[in-house]
Amino acid sequence: MDKIIVTVDGQKVSVESNTTILEAARKTNVNIPTLCYHPDQNIKGSCRICIVEVEGQNSFSAACCTPIREGMKIKTNTMKVREARKMIMKLILANHNSECISCKRNGNCELQTLCEELNIEENDLDKFTNLLPIDQSNPSIVRDQSKCIKCGRCIEACDEIQGVGAIYTVNRGHEMRIAPAYEKNLCDVQCVYCGQCINVCPVGAIYEKDNIEEVWRALEDSNKHVVVQIAPAVRVALGEAFGMKPGSIVTGKIVSFLRKIGFDSVFDTNFTADLTIIEEGNELLHRIQNNGKLPMLTSCSPGWIRYIEFFYPELLGHLSTCKSPQQMFGALIKSYHAQKTDINPSDIIVVSIMPCTAKKTEAKREEMQDNGYQDVDIVITTRELAKMIKESRIRIEELDEEGFDDPFGISTGAGAVFGATGGVMEAALRTVYEVVTGNELEKIDFENLRGISGFKEANVPVGELNINVAVTNGLKNAKILLDLIKEGKADYHFIEIMCCPGGCIGGGGQPIPSTNEIKEKRIEAIYKVDLLSELRKSHLNPVVKTLYEEFLQQPLGEKSHQLLHTHYTDRSKE
Amino acid sequence: MKSFVSKLCGKIKPLSLKEYRDNGGFSGFEKALIHMSPEEIVSLIKDSNLKGRGGASFPTGLKWQLVAAEIATEKYVICNADEGEPGTFKDKVLLEGCPMQIIEGMLVAAYAVGASKGYIYIRGEYPKSIDMFKKATNILKTEGYLGEHILGQDFNFDIEVRSGAGAYVCGEETALIESIEGNTGRARFKPPYPPNYGLWGRPTLVNNVETLANIPLILSVGADEFKKYGTAASSGTKLISASGNIVNKGVFEVEFGVSLRDIIYDICGGIENENELKFIQIGGSSGACLPEKLLDLKLDFDEFNKHAIGLGSGAILAVDKTCCILDFVKMNTEFFIHESCGKCTSCREGNRHILKAVERITNGYGTDRDIEIIKNIAKIMKESSLCGLGQAAPTAILTTLEYFYDEYKEHVEGYCSTGVCELKGEAIKHG
Repeated sequence: MDKIIVTVDGQKVSVESNTTILEAARKTNVNIPTLCYHPDQNIKGSCRICIVEVEGQNSFSAACCTPIREGMKIKTNTMKVREARKMIMKLILANHNSECISCKRNGNCELQTLCEELNIEENDLDKFTNLLPIDQSNPSIVRDQSKCIKCGRCIEACDEIQGVGAIYTVNRGHEMRIAPAYEKNLCDVQCVYCGQCINVCPVGAIYEKDNIEEVWRALEDSNKHVVVQIAPAVRVALGEAFGMKPGSIVTGKIVSFLRKIGFDSVFDTNFTADLTIIEEGNELLHRIQNNGKLPMLTSCSPGWIRYIEFFYPELLGHLSTCKSPQQMFGALIKSYHAQKTDINPSDIIVVSIMPCTAKKTEAKREEMQDNGYQDVDIVITTRELAKMIKESRIRIEELDEEGFDDPFGISTGAGAVFGATGGVMEAALRTVYEVVTGNELEKIDFENLRGISGFKEANVPVGELNINVAVTNGLKNAKILLDLIKEGKADYHFIEIMCCPGGCIGGGGQPIPSTNEIKEKRIEAIYKVDLLSELRKSHLNPVVKTLYEEFLQQPLGEKSHQLLHTHYTDRSKE
Repeated sequence: MKSFVSKLCGKIKPLSLKEYRDNGGFSGFEKALIHMSPEEIVSLIKDSNLKGRGGASFPTGLKWQLVAAEIATEKYVICNADEGEPGTFKDKVLLEGCPMQIIEGMLVAAYAVGASKGYIYIRGEYPKSIDMFKKATNILKTEGYLGEHILGQDFNFDIEVRSGAGAYVCGEETALIESIEGNTGRARFKPPYPPNYGLWGRPTLVNNVETLANIPLILSVGADEFKKYGTAASSGTKLISASGNIVNKGVFEVEFGVSLRDIIYDICGGIENENELKFIQIGGSSGACLPEKLLDLKLDFDEFNKHAIGLGSGAILAVDKTCCILDFVKMNTEFFIHESCGKCTSCREGNRHILKAVERITNGYGTDRDIEIIKNIAKIMKESSLCGLGQAAPTAILTTLEYFYDEYKEHVEGYCSTGVCELKGEAIKHG
């Protein structure tokens, strides 16, 4: 690539010819402010906060979308630039509900930070904030348009990354809003509740439905036995909310905190991830051996389940009937665990801590009730856990690390890797290989199934069988595979599909920011948890073994069918 | 008045290929296709010094050269007939008077830049034009002027007629392209420009109706003959849409170099009702408001540039002394509030702050601070908006602030000299 020399605030810098002013300035340690810009998204150029002066030009140039030219003299910090940025910010603020104190994103808001950085003082412009009703129509996602600054990032996440298109711009000019078609509520359109829109929103215009109070209330109720489970992706992300480096593993601190605030049992979703592998692995073998519907598709990601129910109902037969680890956990607590501890299931409250907003809706699905009890009662996200920690005033940084309670605190590294894209597949292969061949799998790290890439595949010889597998994450990537299946061109036995880019570590309930760079760190941490595990194959989990001996009897057996498997609904007409 | 680009309008049956041909129609294209190379055509258009007639006055030959230089499997030629600028109706005369001339221009352009597919994007409010183009393209397909192996040569070109849905911003070329692609009409940031990355990401030439209508004539008469019309900086003629408080309203073809005074008082017959002229707005709602004293300006790109004024589409709105500047600016701003696409902050938010302040002033509640707000926001819109709409929207405000500041001031002091504004507020007490 040709190099071009430009001047930024008097400092010469040599950059590649396809560089933008924004990137060139960063090379000179000048951090031009941005708002609609997001490192993982297309450049939008719409907020105009990043304007700079270019010598010889009467108008400003937006730094994010203006490519540099040879000899360009860029000025980023003149009186004119500073005043113009302030004016643009004031125009944004005049149409923004600035109730920061009670805002979900207070303290973690790009607009708020930028106001401080731009030294915004009193805004003397007329206020035009449009206090439209807040959309709280569903169990997962809340939309407050009075906060929206129309950057368009949520649209890109929904439409271009996920291929769902539940929200788009409506109207034009100052009446332009971002909303579902015909300004319906989210529950009335085909939204999968993945929450990817939340993760890219710079402000508090979209956020998770808050269930924190329900948890506190449950903990206060002495008549209730309150059990908690933590998903694999939570432990490698929570630390970010407390200023720790992305990829910090805080499992022990979370356990310690949860015990401190009064949970009766602190368990691990990794355990039911192991259990899922046993059930799902056996289901796969059953399908292969009995001419069942192939490829089989994983079923642990509830956003993905909604997607296939909305858009590809004709392929529902390919979905594994296994419930997700969250739901298996709830079902076991209110049956097996209730029996063993002699507690009435109606006195048990199951709380989940998930990286995911769609899990909140999954828990409320009608079919997720066994013996008349809802499997999971309350779902909170990683972000909500962080808020609870702050609210409790307990300094998580100082907490000692503690271990999970028995019996459902025992898990293997295979359960842990569920949190990253490719993890379910890797865990399944580790088990399927050994179950089928009876031999020990020596090389258990399936490196080619790891990483953030949107499509991965592998061919794994399992005895006489050559198992073809594929792994995808992000629903737009999933769509490609689904279309291949429809055309009969997907020559796979098993496909892992995760709704969110990167898998659960990139879920819609994770700490913000949640950029690709951060997600990669979380993935590294997930595999570190795996590597540090004593056991790394689900079928070696001793508690899983006991569970089958004492209660379930056999994989795909009657009890499993009743408690651990489910069915799906064609929602294409909804 | 001249009769050059519009010479066949009203003289021939618009859909008669025979009449068009009998009057020299398609001779330019035939000459180009059979006797000239694409490079020769591009250099002819460059030599002619033709500049875009849509508003930006970009050199047409250079634009063609940029598209021709791109290597791509597909290129497009788009005729921008989304004539949405208020007070502009000159393209309509050409569209309905001589559609074949425009298509001929597109054919030459397509051959010169290497495009095989064209679109004509006609504003939805021109149903007759849309109908006429559908008919004209069908006739020309039947007669072998459109389609494959045109005139037996190794050249294919087809035209699709597309209609806008009424959004003013779709006259902006990248918003127009988005609209053709089926997206909401919102401008893209530039660069990349359409000649490099246009319709469906391919090199695309977007020319205005009047620009394209000039092409067959330039081919027929040659660059030197064409340059005999107009001035050194501005060759040829210009269609002017004249409206407002003048005696003769309508579309007039004039030679570049004519003074604005001659247009108003000679061609347009002066101000109606023997009233006095207050100002003219040139180039439509996005154009500058020039006071009487500037009427000796000559219609010429360079001379206009010296005063930092754009000729725009060539609309001239004459306004007499009964008009209140603030009332005019209010109406003008309401138009842009309605037409802003909503994409960039400055334009989306800016217009309504201006309107609010103007309304305070016209209602008699205004202060000097309101004039400050209007000025500051107008400036930020001009200098930081993403597309031409937002950049040009405050032109009327900025020019009236320059030439009619006293009238802003008198309102703030509680007085509207034209008597248009009913000042109810406290400001009256100062008056």
